Amino acid sequence: MSVGIEEFLTVGALLFCLGLGVALSKRNAIGVLMGVELMLNAVNLTLITFSRFSVSDRPITGQTFVVFVITVAAAEAAVALALAVSVYRNRDTVDVDRINLLKS
Amino acid sequence: MNGVGPTLAFYALAGVTLIAGGGVMASRNLLHAVLFLILSFVGIAGFFALLSAEFIAMAQVIIYVGAISVLVLFAVLLTPRAGRNNGETKMLAPAVLLAISLAAVFIFVITDTDWPTVATSPSLTASDLGEALLTTWVLPFELASVLLTAALVGAIMLVRTVEEEAEDALA
Repeated sequence: MSVGIEEFLTVGALLFCLGLGVALSKRNAIGVLMGVELMLNAVNLTLITFSRFSVSDRPITGQTFVVFVITVAAAEAAVALALAVSVYRNRDTVDVDRINLLKS
Repeated sequence: MNGVGPTLAFYALAGVTLIAGGGVMASRNLLHAVLFLILSFVGIAGFFALLSAEFIAMAQVIIYVGAISVLVLFAVLLTPRAGRNNGETKMLAPAVLLAISLAAVFIFVITDTDWPTVATSPSLTASDLGEALLTTWVLPFELASVLLTAALVGAIMLVRTVEEEAEDALA
């Protein structure tokens, strides 16, 4: 019994597609954000997989990139959730299909 | 990665992570979706540990499971009435179709490519990561702290009410 790079990459790809489906189909803006977080996690998993399995002089680069992705994801989550709370105060809803102020 | 232990761990983690991801997709109550999301994050942390990236696994548990999920939970609780009975938009069918076709393309590419892999795991420790961050990647590392500060200030500014701003102007 053994697992190789293909299995890990498959899990990453499936999780990315799940996140994409969540991000595109949820009505609630916070739900959309959850989909984005899932996609970021899937990408992190893929980066770590390549860092572990790929033939490379400096495999640590994959882990370094993951550190930056996590940092940017944290910043993005903080700002986006603050935006969601702010929109809720003004519009009493965070449904993405009802935030249509710019629609004529 | 040979042996019964890692293989069993892989399939258990894959099951937990993907089922939790499907739970996020299926839950109509956002609180349940957040709980599934946390489970999925824990599964990913397990994958990182399995791929011998211990520091990243710890960071995943602390930042994603600890901080970001609490942030999302707070956002759900601060928007009452909005978190329950969330249907999908009318984009559900195209979104699912797109996701499935993208998954098919990904899986085709993954199985079709002949990935050159190393036989043994490269021994990477947290000190290697720290050294790389503070030598080669020191500029992005410093920029990340600026980004985090900007995001902190921005988030505080966004959620302040008009009354709070007026109080601060008087003080």
